[in-house]
Amino acid sequence: HLATSLPLPSERDHLRPRIDLIVFMIDIKSKYSLKNVEASLAHVDASFFLGKVCFLVTGVGRVNACSIETNTVCKLGEAYCSPVLFCELELEGIRVTTAQRLLRMLQICAGHIPGVSALSFVSLMRNSDDD
Amino acid sequence: ENVDPQKTAFVLRKAWTLYSVTPLYRFHRGRLRDYARLLSAFIAAEKQKGLAVEVGVELDIKVAVSSLADLRGSEQDQAAVLVQLSLRSRASSRNSEDKLVWSGWFCSVYGDDLSENMPEDFTCLPLFLTHGAESYTSVVGSWFQKTFDCCFRRLAISPLNLSWMVAMWAGCKLDRAASAVELVFSIPHLSQPLDISYAIHPEDAKALWDTVQKTPGEITQEEVDVFMDCLYAHFHRHFKIHLSAAKLVKVSTAVASAHCDGIVKILHSQYLPGVLMLLTELAISQIQ
Repeated sequence: HLATSLPLPSERDHLRPRIDLIVFMIDIKSKYSLKNVEASLAHVDASFFLGKVCFLVTGVGRVNACSIETNTVCKLGEAYCSPVLFCELELEGIRVTTAQRLLRMLQICAGHIPGVSALSFVSLMRNSDDD
Repeated sequence: ENVDPQKTAFVLRKAWTLYSVTPLYRFHRGRLRDYARLLSAFIAAEKQKGLAVEVGVELDIKVAVSSLADLRGSEQDQAAVLVQLSLRSRASSRNSEDKLVWSGWFCSVYGDDLSENMPEDFTCLPLFLTHGAESYTSVVGSWFQKTFDCCFRRLAISPLNLSWMVAMWAGCKLDRAASAVELVFSIPHLSQPLDISYAIHPEDAKALWDTVQKTPGEITQEEVDVFMDCLYAHFHRHFKIHLSAAKLVKVSTAVASAHCDGIVKILHSQYLPGVLMLLTELAISQIQ
């Protein structure tokens, strides 16, 4: 399910399936997308930040078109205890790999992988970041 | 820094195209005249091959290479090197002066990050600025690349860096009446390109920056963000357009103007070292 911002319209609440993972997409070329994500974060229940939220930064292939500092996004990830992934959607190989990573994360968050919970996975990712 | 305004006057009010240059190998400042001669011969040879400029006109290109001690930041910086190409018409009238057709200069202003651990044989002048036909730039660049084993790359300026520039320069104190602070945005994803030009009264821009900046002489990313956010919010209030979603392509102030394609114009001699220091930093980060 794709949405341009949160909160989602309440009319369809009863029809909506359980949400297992929220991926916030930030376009590094658009300051506006960062502001939009920051505003939407306020509408997310705190329980999601136990491993069910991830930030996806797109457009990183074009260094000369950056409108946002990568440090700013990394700090956002730290503030919300959620991983930050970087990708370039215009390159097919990276697009496919990123999709596979997100799918894997979704499987864990939905509880399809026995022995690995969303929370244990995200703390694993955070430890490897600190290295 | 006691910069002689006469020597640096040639820099002002011209549109310079920016390049980053890797260190020059075995460049000897004592051999500038030799280099001028060799470059001149190279240009003549390229012309023979039909690769150079001014087709159909028999003209002599005179090359001058000089050292500019005033254009540097600290003692650690190498002095700037200026290359000038002039046309000398064969059928010259008695009082004809050579016509300057192309200038290019290498410089380093506080480029310690690059020159710090550089071996002796290398000369660090990471910023290259050109004014004149692209064909001449290409010929001169080729000769330097062949002779000193260096590499030139166009220096692009990201929207992030442009916003630093406009915040810094809009905040500069100027005695005379200044021109407007202008930001030009390009709207992505449209069938026909659309540009938005946002002009702000220089006093308003300076007043805004003064309320944002906490420590004089120091600028943080947060302060630049707040400055830009105020501008975006003001524009949105009036026109309901989110400039933060557009691409900032050009900024203009009374101190200097810069375009994302790597073209700058410096208008005020007082801030010349500051502008060059910033550009040197950008060039170095492109090299590393």
